[in-house]
Amino acid sequence: MTTGARTKVVEEIEPFEAAREIEGGDVVLIDTREPHEYQEVHLDGGKLVPPGLLTDEIATAAPNKSARTIVYCRSGNRSYKAAEQMEVMGYTDVASMAGGILLWQEQGLPVLAADGMTPEQRDRYSRHTLLPEVGIDGQLKMLNAKVLLLGAGGLGAPAALYLAAAGIGTIGLVDDDVVDASNLQRQVIHNTERIGMPKTASARIFIEGLNPDVEVVEHNGRLDASNILDVIEGYDVVVDGADNFPTRYLLNDASVRLRKPVVSASILGFDGQISTFAPFEGPCYRCLYPTPPPAELAPSCSANGVLGVMAGTMGTLQANEVIKLILGKGEPLIGRLLLYDALGTRFTELKVRRDPNCPICGEDAAEIPESEMGKFPDYDAFCAGAGGDRQTLAS
Amino acid sequence: MASVRIPPVLRPHTGGAPEVEASGTDVGEVLRSLTAAHPGTQEQLFGEDGDLNRYVNVYLNDEDVRVLDGLATKVSEADTVVILPAMAGG
Repeated sequence: MTTGARTKVVEEIEPFEAAREIEGGDVVLIDTREPHEYQEVHLDGGKLVPPGLLTDEIATAAPNKSARTIVYCRSGNRSYKAAEQMEVMGYTDVASMAGGILLWQEQGLPVLAADGMTPEQRDRYSRHTLLPEVGIDGQLKMLNAKVLLLGAGGLGAPAALYLAAAGIGTIGLVDDDVVDASNLQRQVIHNTERIGMPKTASARIFIEGLNPDVEVVEHNGRLDASNILDVIEGYDVVVDGADNFPTRYLLNDASVRLRKPVVSASILGFDGQISTFAPFEGPCYRCLYPTPPPAELAPSCSANGVLGVMAGTMGTLQANEVIKLILGKGEPLIGRLLLYDALGTRFTELKVRRDPNCPICGEDAAEIPESEMGKFPDYDAFCAGAGGDRQTLAS
Repeated sequence: MASVRIPPVLRPHTGGAPEVEASGTDVGEVLRSLTAAHPGTQEQLFGEDGDLNRYVNVYLNDEDVRVLDGLATKVSEADTVVILPAMAGG
C-alpha cells in the first residue's frame, strides 16, 4: 500500500463498515479486480472495473463524482490505488475497503459466487459466461447436455470441434469409417498420424485433448433400423452430417418418433444447406424432401469434390444451432432452410412448411404404437439409385 | 425475365452458369423456357407426364411453389425462381 507520490491519504473502511453503508443504500460499489476473479466471487451490487481499465470505464460505472463510492479488490491494495486515482480524477467521496473481499469473507459477510462450476471451468468458459445470453446457467446447461454427431466427417468434425470447445458435457459420435488422407483437407479433428484409425477413436483423442470436461461416447458402426432408437434415445440433440440419403431418412423418422431435434446440414462442392428440424414444432426432413433424388442428381463428395472450408462453415453453423437449442436462446433455423454458396459468398434463406400430408409428422400420421417402434421401411430400397449404395457415413 | 438459380448439379447443362434469365408469366413457363434454352435440364426437372419431378423443390423467391399455385404460380420480372435439389453429402 505504498505509493511514493501520494498527496492525500485515501479513506479506508473495514468490511463491516462497508457492509453497513451498502445496506443503507446510495453507495456505488466498485470491484477493481480482473474479470476471472470477479466471476469466481464478488459482492452483491459490485460493478467490475479492472485496474487497467479504470480511466476508461469508471465514468460509466460511477457517473456521479460526488456520490459515495466504495472500492474493493482482493486484499485492499488495488482498491487503495484505484481510490487514489479516482480522487485525482475528481471523485470526492471515495473509500477503499481494507482487507478486500478476503477479509469480507473471513468475517462471514455474504458474497455472490458462481455455483456449480469448478474454478477451472469458470476460467475456461469465462468468455461464455460473460454473455448475458449464456451466463453461468447457460454454461451449466451445456455442460449437462448430450449431443449426438451422426458422422465424424466433413460436417461432424468442425461441429465436434466447437461443441467440445464450448463444453458440451457428452458428445456421442456415430461413424463406421477410418481416417483417410483424403479426409484431412476438411475433417479438422483428425490428423496425419491417425490415418487408418477409426474416426470415432481419432475424434475422442482430439476432443479429450481439447476439453477434459467432455465425455466422448463412441458408436463405431452404422446406424440402421435395428439400433437407431437405442442410439439416439439418450441424447438431447442430433447433428446430422450423414453422407447418404437412407441414413438421413432413417434418422428423420426415428427422431420424429422420439421427438428429438435434429440440426441437419449437407454439403457438396461449394454449396451447403442447413436447417433445424424440431418434431411437431416445425417441418421434418420429409416435409422438405418427400422423395430422394436419383443418383445422377445426388453425387457424393467423394465423387464430386467438396471445398474443405465450406464444410467447416456448415459444421460450425450446425454447432451454433445446437448451442441455441440447448440455451433456449435466439432463433433456431426451424422452418427455414439456409443455403450457402461459398463461391459467391451468398446466403439464401428459404421457408420450409410443415406438410399436412407428411407420412411421418403430418396431420394423418398415426401415433406409432409401441410394437411398431423401431420398425422402419426399407430405406435402401426407398432410396435405390439415390446414392443409397453408399453405405458409410461421412466418408 | 425472371432469374432462375441453377443448383450445382444442373450447371453442366447451363454452361456452368449459376443463374440464368428465363421468360414466362408463371413458374411452369419460366421452367419450360429454361429447358428450351438448356435442354439437358429437361429430364432432371420434368417427368414424362410433364409434371415437376417429385424430388425437385422449386421456390418463388423464398416460398415453396407447392404451397403457392405450383407450376401455375405467377412470376413477375423481379422474381427469382430457385431450383433446389436435396443433397446428402456430409
